[in-house]
Amino acid sequence: MPDTPKSFQEIILRLQSYWASKGCAIMQPYDMEVGAGTFHPATTLRSLGSKPWAAAYVQPSRRPTDGRYGENPNRLQHYYQYQVLIKPSPPDLQALYLGSLEAIGIDMALHDIRFVEDDWESPTLGAWGLGWEVWCDGMEVSQFTYFQQVGGHDCHPVSGELTYGLERLAMFVLGIDHVMEMPFNDPSAPIPLTYGDVFRQTEEEYSRHNFDAATTDQLFRHFEDAEAECQRLLEEPAEDPKTGKRIVMAHPAYDQCIKASHLFNLLDARGVISVTERQAYIGRVRALAKLCADAFVQTGAGGWTAEAPAA
Amino acid sequence: MPDLLLELFSEEIPARMQARAAADLKRLVTDGLVEAGLTYASAGAFATPRRLVLTLEGLTGESPTTREERRGPRTDAPEKAIEGFLRGAGVRMDQLEVRPDKKGDVYFAVIERAGRPAAEIIAEVVPQVIRTFPWPKSMRWGAGSLRWVRPLHSILCLLSDEAGSQVVPFDVDGIAAGDTTEGHRFMAPGRFSVTTFADYEAKLKRAKVILRAEERAEHIRHDAEQMAFANGLELVSDAGLLAEVAGLVEWPVVLMGEIGADFMGLPPEVLQTSMREHQKFFSVKNPKNGRIERFVTVANRETTDHGATILAGNQKVLSARLSDAKFFWENDLRVAKAGMADWLDALASVTFERRLGSVADKIARVAALAREIALMVGADPDQAETAARIAKADLHSEMVYEFPELQGVMGRYYALQAGHPPEVAAVAEEHYQPLGPSDAVPTAPLSVAVALADKIDTLTGFWAIDEKPTGSKDPYALRRAALGIIRIVLAEHRRMRLDRFIDAQLLRHKIELSRPKVGDDVIDTLEEILSEVAERGVFGAAFKAVTDRLKERGEDPAEALRTVGDLVPDLSTDLLAFFHDRLKVHLRDEGIRHDVIDAALSKPPVDDLALVVARARALSAFLATPEAENLVQGYRRAANILHQAEEKDGVEYRFGADPKFAETDEERRLFSALSEAEAAIIPALGAEDFAGAMSRMADLRAPIDAFFEAVQVNAENAVVRRNRLNLLHRIVETCGAVADLSRLEG
Repeated sequence: MPDTPKSFQEIILRLQSYWASKGCAIMQPYDMEVGAGTFHPATTLRSLGSKPWAAAYVQPSRRPTDGRYGENPNRLQHYYQYQVLIKPSPPDLQALYLGSLEAIGIDMALHDIRFVEDDWESPTLGAWGLGWEVWCDGMEVSQFTYFQQVGGHDCHPVSGELTYGLERLAMFVLGIDHVMEMPFNDPSAPIPLTYGDVFRQTEEEYSRHNFDAATTDQLFRHFEDAEAECQRLLEEPAEDPKTGKRIVMAHPAYDQCIKASHLFNLLDARGVISVTERQAYIGRVRALAKLCADAFVQTGAGGWTAEAPAA
Repeated sequence: MPDLLLELFSEEIPARMQARAAADLKRLVTDGLVEAGLTYASAGAFATPRRLVLTLEGLTGESPTTREERRGPRTDAPEKAIEGFLRGAGVRMDQLEVRPDKKGDVYFAVIERAGRPAAEIIAEVVPQVIRTFPWPKSMRWGAGSLRWVRPLHSILCLLSDEAGSQVVPFDVDGIAAGDTTEGHRFMAPGRFSVTTFADYEAKLKRAKVILRAEERAEHIRHDAEQMAFANGLELVSDAGLLAEVAGLVEWPVVLMGEIGADFMGLPPEVLQTSMREHQKFFSVKNPKNGRIERFVTVANRETTDHGATILAGNQKVLSARLSDAKFFWENDLRVAKAGMADWLDALASVTFERRLGSVADKIARVAALAREIALMVGADPDQAETAARIAKADLHSEMVYEFPELQGVMGRYYALQAGHPPEVAAVAEEHYQPLGPSDAVPTAPLSVAVALADKIDTLTGFWAIDEKPTGSKDPYALRRAALGIIRIVLAEHRRMRLDRFIDAQLLRHKIELSRPKVGDDVIDTLEEILSEVAERGVFGAAFKAVTDRLKERGEDPAEALRTVGDLVPDLSTDLLAFFHDRLKVHLRDEGIRHDVIDAALSKPPVDDLALVVARARALSAFLATPEAENLVQGYRRAANILHQAEEKDGVEYRFGADPKFAETDEERRLFSALSEAEAAIIPALGAEDFAGAMSRMADLRAPIDAFFEAVQVNAENAVVRRNRLNLLHRIVETCGAVADLSRLEG
């Protein structure tokens, strides 16, 4: 039984080495603003098509409406998710997952772990799956999902996805009541830093920005631009006129879809989208996600071959 | 006679699906086996979070041999017909027999099916059931194509008898049936083999799994109650939560914890809802002060520290949850203490229904109608209007946003904080009642006024936009609303005419719906009619009064007015018929036949539901008495003869039956019996004592019987005949005074 970790970063490092030891490619965060680890192309796009895949990574995630100026003990507009995606889902995925909890110092003999029904759905990604939220002593510590559909495509084979809310999980393991008080590095380090030392100021700055300062006209315009660009990139013929190669621009187009999604979240936080409009915006992002999924399965990574083009 | 044991072991099955899945497994497997010719003595099905289990006792070892003869076409039939027959019967040409028949030789197929061993049949039926199992939602996993509620890991399938037990060999998508299972995920990991159902259940228990859901639930209930009792407290029982929690654990361990003192100031409904919805905790209440002071959580394992770590974790999560609730409560209190104006303003931008406007629009309509109803139920109109205006304010509170099921409950607390008297505050909660068939109905006059107004507004609104319930579709719960009105009216025998309220509210809807389409002058006229309705109580009279006034002024009733003039009465009649249908359904549960209600509905006013029901109940009680049958027959006979005579003669025999033209004693006796009965019946009717009136009618049974026995109605003498027909009319009139008996069936 591993000992209790001392800091936020130690928990992340242990998860990284645990999933590396189980054969996952340890990837780095995607370099764009996203609402959750699922948006990383290593999950969204790689869960499509027939090629096997196994990846784990930390993804900084932004939810502008959750900003609380760094004052709420549990809520942040910027936080970290740990994400694991394995395709096809291995038969012992539950056991692998429980092993990861042990690796970060949760003693299975003392705690009560439960798999409670929770069907996952992402209206913006046109994705859904069945699974559970995992409870540890009554607290939700992870989401566990078997993807059934992504971007409107049936998943075949099915990917198993694990998402850990890192701050919440770390606070639980370290016994911390306020996120800002959580040790970020080892408390006995020459320069000990808390989560608050690292993020309190940015939570304030972004809360002000997200709720009051972001220019909404510009955000609306950028949304339109991202939407148009995504569509335009995917309308280009598959054959690149310069190289003569088949190059479908699924990823660059998907970047625009991610952008549109984040711009929508910002507009939502600014309170300028009415209840009825909300559904329409979500529908527009979903339409982009579907286009990108359609494009990805026409690429090599998505299972396309010249001999047997994907359906 | 072997026994069958089947276990389908998977990852965690959602609690809400388990009981139904166990029942489906039993039904589908037994149906399949019986169809294949097997029988069994008894069956049982069970579910835990990780397994579905079926046990069958006394299964037949093999299916019987069957022999079926099928008659085919004649031997000289076209080749196609013979081929078709061969295909249908599944036999070859050389297996057919030729038998002579009346019209020539005919082919016969004799199909013999040998009996098959049970194992072979099970190995066909079970995989088929697994592949087509009716989960409400199912999924694929890995690279396979099998669907199950969550990944299926193993199948245990054994046939056992005195000689021992044997695996039934089959395979579903690579999962081969075997004789092993697993115990508790954490407390007893590892697989073990079993032989029989008794062995299986005993070994599971040793491996920390209680197979039976009701045993797990009983264990939880017992321990929770004992723990509460030992602390001088009591468990708040919650059957739904108990069933759910029993489906989340294989080895329930009950733990009780404290709710922080910080949160004791929250309303008990908030504590209970937050704990149940978010954490699946039971509430534990102090019987002395009614406050919820502790919680019970159910863990899925024993630990060396006796649950101390688990309880501490749960307590921490609860504190975070209740901190949120407290935050909502405190924010809400600020708005409430300021009079709730912020919420009421905000409700103008919350849509009730696209065409019927905002929640604020609805509140305004309900407030207007509540004033009118108040007078009929003994409430103060001003108070009723105030109560209606604030009753839905909490819909915009943070607490109700978080917990929609607390609507009304919070409204009551907030209205009190806003300084309203308790009877006004109570309306916030009670105007939604009754929520279901077993929910209480409001009885306080203010609550009755607003509850009726709210429901009538909903019904008339959806009638006005033609969104009535059809078949099984009733998305706006309009049947429930109508039944709610019926129950409120009947609960306290509230006498009121619904028509005027329905008309007024339909008109209010029509005004709002027409506002964007017509000129101000039309709206003014409509509002004039509305105030007339409030005054006169009848739409027709009000409409006429206003149109007459317009004509006097030399104005022509506008097109829109003509529309309203036609539509409102039609909708109103249709809606009242809907009420009568719901009334029949409601009274059917009381044992009152629909034809009895039809008979009661033949006497106006039919929009006074309490009166209609009083008639129906009196008639229904009367029909159970020995006099009833003859009296109803006598009534029918009188009505038939009278009807035929009137038809034939082209006149109505209604008045002037005179004893002086009576020729027989029976006639004279009937005259005097009718007079006596009428003398009692008329005041009884005036007092709405329908049972009393009907019992007096029963006294007429003997004289009516005697009359028909001795007297020929269609006498030769025209005067005598007319007199007798007029007498028949008196019978019909008197016996039909409570309800039209000719509507009765049979």
